[in-house]
Amino acid sequence: MTEESFSIKKYLRDVPLPFCPGCGAVTVMSEFLRAVHETGYRNLDKFVFCSGIGCSAWIPSPHFKADSVHTLHGRSIPVATGIKLMRPDVNVVVFGGDGDIVGIGLSHFIHAARRNLDIFVIMVNNMIYGMTGGQVAPTTPFKSKTTTTPYGSFEYPLDAARLAATAGAAYVARWTTAQTTELRSSLKKALELKGFRFIEAVSQCPTAFGRRAGFKNAGEMVRWLRDNAVPLEEAEKLAEDELAGKIVTGEFVQKQRPTLDKVVYSMIEEARKKVEEI
Amino acid sequence: MKRFEIRIAGLGGQGIVMIGQVIGRAAVYDGMNVVQTQSYGAEARGSGAKSEVIISDGKIGFPFVRKCDLLVAMNQEAVDKNLRDLKPSGVLIVDDSIVKSVPKNIKHAYAMPATKIAEEAFGEKMYANMVILGAFVGITSIVSEESVEKAVADTFPRKTATLNVEAVKKGKELAASLYRLHSLDLNKL
Amino acid sequence: MKKRSVENVYFWQGNEACAEAALAADCRFFAGYPITPASEIAEHLARRLPQTGGVALQMEDELAAIGAVVGASWAGAKAMTATSGPGFDLMQETIGWAFMTETPCVIVDVQRLGPSTGQATKCGQGDVMQARWGTHGDYVAIALSPNSVRETFDLTIRAFNLAEKYRTPVVLLTDEEIAHMRERVTVPFLESMEIINRRKPKPNEKMFFGSDEVPPMPSVGEGFDVAVTGSTHDEYGIRFTSDPDVHKRLVERLNGKILDHAEEIVETETYNISKCEVGIVCFGCTSRSVYDAVELAEAKGHKVGYVRLKTMWPFPEKTVKQLSKTASKIIIPEMNLKQVFYEVQRVAGDSTKVVPLNKIGGGVPITPEEMLAKIEEEIR
Repeated sequence: MTEESFSIKKYLRDVPLPFCPGCGAVTVMSEFLRAVHETGYRNLDKFVFCSGIGCSAWIPSPHFKADSVHTLHGRSIPVATGIKLMRPDVNVVVFGGDGDIVGIGLSHFIHAARRNLDIFVIMVNNMIYGMTGGQVAPTTPFKSKTTTTPYGSFEYPLDAARLAATAGAAYVARWTTAQTTELRSSLKKALELKGFRFIEAVSQCPTAFGRRAGFKNAGEMVRWLRDNAVPLEEAEKLAEDELAGKIVTGEFVQKQRPTLDKVVYSMIEEARKKVEEI
Repeated sequence: MKRFEIRIAGLGGQGIVMIGQVIGRAAVYDGMNVVQTQSYGAEARGSGAKSEVIISDGKIGFPFVRKCDLLVAMNQEAVDKNLRDLKPSGVLIVDDSIVKSVPKNIKHAYAMPATKIAEEAFGEKMYANMVILGAFVGITSIVSEESVEKAVADTFPRKTATLNVEAVKKGKELAASLYRLHSLDLNKL
Repeated sequence: MKKRSVENVYFWQGNEACAEAALAADCRFFAGYPITPASEIAEHLARRLPQTGGVALQMEDELAAIGAVVGASWAGAKAMTATSGPGFDLMQETIGWAFMTETPCVIVDVQRLGPSTGQATKCGQGDVMQARWGTHGDYVAIALSPNSVRETFDLTIRAFNLAEKYRTPVVLLTDEEIAHMRERVTVPFLESMEIINRRKPKPNEKMFFGSDEVPPMPSVGEGFDVAVTGSTHDEYGIRFTSDPDVHKRLVERLNGKILDHAEEIVETETYNISKCEVGIVCFGCTSRSVYDAVELAEAKGHKVGYVRLKTMWPFPEKTVKQLSKTASKIIIPEMNLKQVFYEVQRVAGDSTKVVPLNKIGGGVPITPEEMLAKIEEEIR
């Protein structure tokens, strides 16, 4: 540990947090700030945070003592694109829920991974549209009851982590909020890498998801997350039906290739040289 | 006040808009006021294409040609559709490797097998537009030859500019002697 | 990259003039998505922006394009996007967000024939009301409308200047005809152009969303810890939705900072408005026919005057009102079904007869002859 002990208050504005008791977003918030602290930062001056609409968009905005841009539903990644390209020197971190990042904003997510945009996207996957009262999400497990699937969800959920890996992300990991140690060390690792980094934190929403899905409280949900998490290495040995309802966790990809800003600015150098030659 | 209204018509892919652009740019180099417009279907190739140029030493309001002093027609449809907009004193130039019939009542009609010439002299029919532009330069004095050549060089990418200038020269050279269909009073232009 | 320091003559398309003007205004970021008839702006900037050290990006859709533009603006850059009707539709939500977060940016809408896909290559003027009321809620738009290639250059620069000065999105409402026509353009000396940049905060300033009519705007990454949100927020940018007064104060200021300066923002071209029998209110490509028609009408001894709207929004009420005091009839030619007509009717009042002249379909413009015929019909 570093010499100065961690105090979450140091990183937060004096604005009350909006989260329900037992919300997984609080775990992700605190693990992220701990990771930042343990990486050696003592403030968030070098960061710019972008978020969209949804409960987890409240993690940075307006709570972090930092620049925070609270965008529209699904548009945090495009806004982050503009910021990163005009200020390649800052660390752009995007927080968002599953609805925000891989529902309404899915295409931006894929394209940012494809471009290897140098941003860090942290997706709190609570498997539900929580802020609007518990409607089905693209990540809702098959047959789960939600307010818009009263007979159980009849769609198969999206695997955001594998999608990001396929699209070209530089780093992809998935953990549950029951795995705080792994989550934090993964966050620390991603903070020090370059390129499109994506961490999916599968999280409990006791209010909007848990109640209808039959969980008594947040604790029971966290235990459920813990018990259903299957490490990637083990999952590879299992058949598809054996994996039904499980959460595959671990690091899906880690690779390096030039980031969008580097490629763009070296192209600009070339273009400027050519003009001078003329 | 001097004012010329020119229409170039043909098929998408024949470089119709390029002809209009070069004439327009040349007129700018000659110090004139110019408006050049174009219209074509959503498809990049194969539908009707039209380009218009208005050259004036005064202000140009409405930018489209209603009655033209000069019509360049690169296919039969272009002749058939546009002749009604040619002024009685206007000049028609057609590519007669494609256009097969021109009504006899057109006072000033010129024909040049531009596509054939382009294929024979440059091995590519895409140069037909610059060949017929050469004919236009030879027949009229609306824009100067010098400005047209400069405009061609400035409009096309460096790689193809030289051949395009050659194509204009070829068209002009042949215009002087060969392909006149009907009489023309050159002083009018 | 050497900046242009001499007056230069060009043979530009409207879209090229728009792109070059953006460079002259010091635009550093462009993001777009291909759409006819606006794509030439993206193509031109893709080549030219890197030469001046700026970034031009093609995004995955118009939602992303405008999002990136607003992001770039918060990173301190002057930023622009260009689109046409269908893309303008998609951008509306973010335009509202830019208005609420007071983000300077320029949105070029090259109007084509709508509704919907309509006719991509054909001219229309049907986005006038969309430029005013496109996004939801109580907001005030600034929209400028050029009628020549040269004016596209001038008004693009003006769009950036107004955006920066008032910290708000500005729409350049051009059209297919002006965007695709080429004209002889004489570009003024770069040094002679007024280029306005947003006011930056002093090191200890904290109020970026209130107090001043147009508050100073920090950039992200400068240590101001700026909180940006499209939700109702207080002077410090912190979301605050429990007090109705906070919303009222914020939204009234956002509207007021534009409406209270309408006189400065509004630009018109007028001709003979104090002596005419018949007046015309026109804008964009259609006004070019008006020039010719007025000449033709005068040759026949008619007294005609016009107001041309270079600023569409805020609506040039004062000048139109002035015209309505002399002209007993006002004709409004537009390539749509009466979008400006009702505005003129509202401003002119009952004592003036307001006459529509509308033409839609096929992108066929209103000709000077049609315009003249309408003038003569009204004089008779």
